[in-house]
Amino acid sequence: MTTETLWIIVLGCSAATFAWRLLGVAVVRKINPEGAIFRWITCVSYAMVAGLVFRMLMMPESELASVSLAIRFGAVAIAFAAYFLFSRRLVAGVVAGGLSLSALVHWFS
Amino acid sequence: MVSGNSAVIRKALLDSLSLPAFILLSTMMGFGSLARSTGFTPEMAALATAFIWGLPGQLAMVELTATGQGVIAIVFACSLANARFFPMVVSFIPAMSREKSGFAALILYAQLLSINSWAMCLKQFPHIDPAYRRLYYVVFALTILCAAVAGTLLGYHVSAVLPRPLVLGLIFLSPLFFALVLSAVSGACERASLLLGCAVVPVAHQFFPAVDLLLTGLIGGSTGFLLGRITHVKRILS
Repeated sequence: MTTETLWIIVLGCSAATFAWRLLGVAVVRKINPEGAIFRWITCVSYAMVAGLVFRMLMMPESELASVSLAIRFGAVAIAFAAYFLFSRRLVAGVVAGGLSLSALVHWFS
Repeated sequence: MVSGNSAVIRKALLDSLSLPAFILLSTMMGFGSLARSTGFTPEMAALATAFIWGLPGQLAMVELTATGQGVIAIVFACSLANARFFPMVVSFIPAMSREKSGFAALILYAQLLSINSWAMCLKQFPHIDPAYRRLYYVVFALTILCAAVAGTLLGYHVSAVLPRPLVLGLIFLSPLFFALVLSAVSGACERASLLLGCAVVPVAHQFFPAVDLLLTGLIGGSTGFLLGRITHVKRILS
């Protein structure tokens, strides 16, 4: 693709993402934060983020797709085990999970 | 409870630099290397990180560009991949501050929002004086944004020399980090929605891949919202 087309893509994608944020601002000015609709939208945001994270870990479309499900699942399990073992320290889980994925890929594929 | 300008800024810097900034640096290295292999210039990659500021949309942009899709299709796919910002902005801003903010300030808060700042700030807000939460958030979000742009450029220029297992480990860090942070979320409705989101997304992705996350949010979130109000479920989840 030409440089101009690529610039149009970057700017178009930025504007398209901003549109959702702008919509959020428009709604947040009108909504009652104590009300049921606010609670519902909060739940929708949690479900969307959880679905996204689950998809990134278990059904990735990026380079991670080349890593077998067993290795990805194993690394997630090790990360959670380390996280709870070290009294819920995020850094312990992240380091253990990242290192174990790298090591498993290195040894088994 | 942390209060006062300097104490809040210090806490925001410490909290962001302790782990989130590092996570974003490594994740965006993955994005930078992908952007390079697709033909984007380093300026475009850095700008995409700063202004799209949502990795799934950025990945959709790069991957569809690599397969030679049309501009409209690419922008549309990026938009769908980042649709979560709508409910995230609506749920985040009132949790941060009940005071009325001006339109320009709201736009700034919305543009700086990412899963990282959303999850980490919601977790930290109970420890911060409500009057200073907006300052905390802006400092936190700007710090990780800088780390993300630095990571994009770093990945663009050096990732070709990194061994493949390491690159894969780096890409893996970001979703792993979010999974750990989200596992600590409290509230019956929220926990039900998180679990249902994980349960719905494989089905939604199988049958409606283009709008899988929208469907996941609507179905998982609505069911979680209703389930969380049932006393019995509330007891199991909390």
